[in-house]
Amino acid sequence: MTERPLPEFGPGLDPGPSFVELLRRVGPADNTAGAGGAGGQASPLELMHGTTVVAIRYADGVVLAGDRRATSGTTIANRRIEKVFRADRYSGVAIAGVAGPASEMVRLFQVQLEHYEKIEGETLSLEGKANQLAQMVRANFPAALQGLIVVPLFAGFDERRAHGRVFSFDATGGKYEEADFQANGSGGVHARNWIKAQWREGMSADETIDLAVRALFAAADEDVATGGPDLIRRIFPTIAVVTADGYRSLPEDEVERRATALLGGREEGAGQ
Amino acid sequence: MTMPFYVSPEQVMKDRADYARKGIARGRSLIALEAADGIVIVAENPSRTLYKISEVYDRIAFAGVGKYNEFELLRIAGVRNADLKGYSYSREDVNARSLANAYAQTLGQVFTHEMKPYEVEILVAQVGVRPEDDELFHILYDGTVMDEEGHTVLGGEAERIADMIEARYQPGLTATDAIKLGASVLGESDGAPLSPGQLEVAVLERGAPARAFRRIKGDELGRILAA
Repeated sequence: MTERPLPEFGPGLDPGPSFVELLRRVGPADNTAGAGGAGGQASPLELMHGTTVVAIRYADGVVLAGDRRATSGTTIANRRIEKVFRADRYSGVAIAGVAGPASEMVRLFQVQLEHYEKIEGETLSLEGKANQLAQMVRANFPAALQGLIVVPLFAGFDERRAHGRVFSFDATGGKYEEADFQANGSGGVHARNWIKAQWREGMSADETIDLAVRALFAAADEDVATGGPDLIRRIFPTIAVVTADGYRSLPEDEVERRATALLGGREEGAGQ
Repeated sequence: MTMPFYVSPEQVMKDRADYARKGIARGRSLIALEAADGIVIVAENPSRTLYKISEVYDRIAFAGVGKYNEFELLRIAGVRNADLKGYSYSREDVNARSLANAYAQTLGQVFTHEMKPYEVEILVAQVGVRPEDDELFHILYDGTVMDEEGHTVLGGEAERIADMIEARYQPGLTATDAIKLGASVLGESDGAPLSPGQLEVAVLERGAPARAFRRIKGDELGRILAA
């Protein structure tokens, strides 16, 4: 038989609507679980790190944005990496941290949400999705102790409450709902301060996207690991908007147009 | 100690097949039609929550007739199979043919080895980029797989309904026309037209960027049938 047989489970072994449980029963070996226990040696390898991401709530939903740089020590490992991903129709994830486990976590999270939806016939609540992601971050905790840290931002449109919500996580799997916005990664502090100074209740989508772009530029201005606008290669941040109409990733030319229009703004810092 | 009576294998198989067919014949029928802009699946189903048609993967749908708990079991196993495959390889590597084979293995195994066969007939449909790439796999209770073209009917009165479809089906019709055709044929076989509330309709949309499966219900279905 060349085909993979249909998975069957005895009583009490059925994984239910969870894809992670299903993988644990039948899937390929989970290599994150084998990364070693607490107190292991920090990884001596120079790993690829994704850097700054932001998530901002506004009147109709949320905006997620991330710069495009990945670093490995002091080397630029990738200039065009994407850190903002669609999780499902009404939510997105932006990741900062070690690129390998982070992208794997996002992939697993995407499948998990879709799998639940298909098995159960309805989607998880936004809170339920955030809790699922928290469990995945917690499962990565032993690896995080060895330096393989992954800290996502999760944001989406809560259909039942009809507004946008932003969640952040720490390495232990702690889930914290943010009131209005959050920024993560090496340039996160700078981006957050920038947003904090400008954010107000009831902003429009355009204003919020511009704020996210400026916050990333400000972070890139202060933090070497965050990529600024690259006019020569035409590399600009990745931006996604989630509203009642669903998740929408902004096309590159639209981001380029907005980003170029914002160049030379106040984040230039008056020569400082 | 009593000796069991000898029963010939032919007789055992025949009895099992009769048993399964009787179970399936009690249920209502389901029609799948290939259309220009997708694959349309129409079923008579008074329940609005216990579905006969569902999504398996990006371009693959599942439908079952017969005993609900049995085809529901197969549906979930299929979703798991597809998601596992897509996760370990790539989304493009999940296809209806291999899923249909897996179903055939399981149904064949159950038919010969278990106390009773599954009283189900199932459909695995995959919408292609072009209409000629569409695939319809009709799988019987004993694991027989049939690769159908254009249209197929599952359930008790399959042959009679298939003849009615055959007479009126035009390759290249639109999805809307296919829905109307399916609904009117199911109604005629019952002797009375069916209201939108008695129908379960879903489409695998050819032009969809990722997940092609979409249910058509409520007002939208009402408008299509009234037009």
